[in-house]
Amino acid sequence: MASRETILARVRSALADVPSTETPDDVPVPRDYQHTRPGPDLVELFVDRLMDYRAVVHLDTPVAELARGRGRLMVPPGTPGEWLSGVDVARDDPPLTATELDHLDGVLTGCAVAIAETGTIILDGGPAQGRRALTLVPDHHLCVVHREQIVRTVPEALQRLDPTRPHTWISGPSATSDIELDRIEGVHGPRTLEVAIL
Amino acid sequence: MSSTFVGMPSFPKAASRAVGNAQLRHNLHKATHTIRDKRAAAVAEQPDWDDLRAAGAALKNRVLRHLDLYLEQLEEAVQRAGGHVHWAADAAEANRIVLSLVRATGETEVVKVKSMATQEIGLNEALAEEGITAYETDLAELIVQLGDDLPSHILVPAIHRNRAEIREIFQRAMASWGRPAPADLTDDPRALAEAARLHLRERFLSAKVGISGANFAVAETGTLVVLESEGNGRMCLTLPETLISVVGIEKLVPTWQDLEVFMQLLPRSSTGERMNPYTSMWTGATEGQEFHLVLLDNGRTKVLADTVGRQALRCIRCSACLNVCPVYERAGGHAYGSVYPGPIGAILTPQLRGFGSELDESLPYASTLCGACYDVCPVAINIPEVLLDLRAKVAASGAHKGEKLAMAAARRVLSSPGLLGASQRTAGRFRKLTPRRLPGPLSAWTDTRDIPAPPPQSFRDWWASREEK
Ligand code: SF4
Repeated sequence: MASRETILARVRSALADVPSTETPDDVPVPRDYQHTRPGPDLVELFVDRLMDYRAVVHLDTPVAELARGRGRLMVPPGTPGEWLSGVDVARDDPPLTATELDHLDGVLTGCAVAIAETGTIILDGGPAQGRRALTLVPDHHLCVVHREQIVRTVPEALQRLDPTRPHTWISGPSATSDIELDRIEGVHGPRTLEVAIL
Repeated sequence: MSSTFVGMPSFPKAASRAVGNAQLRHNLHKATHTIRDKRAAAVAEQPDWDDLRAAGAALKNRVLRHLDLYLEQLEEAVQRAGGHVHWAADAAEANRIVLSLVRATGETEVVKVKSMATQEIGLNEALAEEGITAYETDLAELIVQLGDDLPSHILVPAIHRNRAEIREIFQRAMASWGRPAPADLTDDPRALAEAARLHLRERFLSAKVGISGANFAVAETGTLVVLESEGNGRMCLTLPETLISVVGIEKLVPTWQDLEVFMQLLPRSSTGERMNPYTSMWTGATEGQEFHLVLLDNGRTKVLADTVGRQALRCIRCSACLNVCPVYERAGGHAYGSVYPGPIGAILTPQLRGFGSELDESLPYASTLCGACYDVCPVAINIPEVLLDLRAKVAASGAHKGEKLAMAAARRVLSSPGLLGASQRTAGRFRKLTPRRLPGPLSAWTDTRDIPAPPPQSFRDWWASREEK
């Protein structure tokens, strides 16, 4: 605890030039940036950006059709039954170990919000998403995005999210550019990202 | 594993070594120019970039001017969410805290996601001394660790290595760290990435303790944010039972909604992407995990006390300033003798460490003051202004080495016709913002026209001929 007081005291003495009556709100923050903006159709934009990241995109294909024949898929709690007809399903109940997850063929989830401009899918552990490991360890992620979950900009997305939940923002499959700056898809996260837009 | 930046030679000496290394210069040139172009495209696409930049700078100023309040707010929010908060006044204390937390788990191995703060404090070395092995998991950090090497770039730390060297490092060193490299490993980047995936997979799946830094810490909610590409970050943050995050006290942002500014500024500035592949955000103890936040000072309050230099704490470590810097491109990251290379390193390192060594005294001279770093900085840090202020401090401290170092650096690093031309073109803008000239020989640095005319041969040849004399 001593260092807590030491550091706070150092901070206060470092800030001797800040008037004691000043509050954080007295420091002006210009908010002239855009909350949203006009632009191309949200779905078209989202699809375009996803393809840029080399994600596989499906429009209005029944989910069960996409999920069938893909081997054994992890299905988080809250997944709609109609996504699953004929699908070989694994459940996280009781919770699987990381090694067990690693033996699955893929994971099928929904999402919380998607951002069209950046091609981003955001998971928050809500219905049909589950805990974070479920979408991390299996090598193939099939993610369902409903049209009404797509917003245009980053500010719009943050507004819809609940900060108390854990979030994973996913923009394309895992990638690295660490070797001579060549972009390579697929390092530790799922190497294939498939997005089904409904 | 034992590599550190301690005892590095002064910037001009280290830089002149680097410029003689053709592979390094080639790699750096390719890297900086590729990322620079990508960044420019990603920024041009964002119609409100300048407004975001102004908001980003102002938000960081707000945090810094009231840092005590925000730190207490963050602490409370993290604790409310079931996390533990520790305060570390310096590197030694941070290492002690992490060590005792790891010890309490009974584990002797930890997995790490790239974190400049833990490199700054030498955490891996401190843990190793106590028999705990820290495994780096970023591909680039893995290359650096297996090669018993030092990082040279904030974003692509192994940029000084080409694919053939990486293959050689993997084949030589992977076996002694865990799963060996496949016998038939080629130097195809895909094969190299696959080798890294296999090498680390088991380790991730069985890891009990993860160590990270954070890009942002939201004071209002206690949320930590980590941006990454490969998924190793998600592995380290999600799978272990215990997570320890070492975070500099300057990483705070005021509110959750304020992330809207930084989540637009950082990916575009850093990798030149609209968004990086993965970002994790979590608040306190998550999904049954035990969570420890270590708040690190280690010189930051010294920087905060300097009303000119304070702005360096706004830095979000995007590395855009490295990629546009003519000195960095020639000198390479290692010459800066710290985990913070390039223009930001030239102002941050001497402020964090004080002018205790010849290296730290020479760093403020590692610049032509062309101002390109200021132009690209997403939080508008006026690096030339801070450099000049630091130079004045070096001169005033009676460290007469300053002027000698300045001139030496000028001759050794900058005698390149292209560079001089560029400096002359851009120098005009900055005279308005900075003192026109410093007295005496230092004027060579405030007025780039005074740099002696470059020799006709290439810099490398010229340097080689100097060495022979
Ligand atoms: S100083 Fe600015 S440009 Fe350089 S790394 Fe920091 S934020 Fe990026």
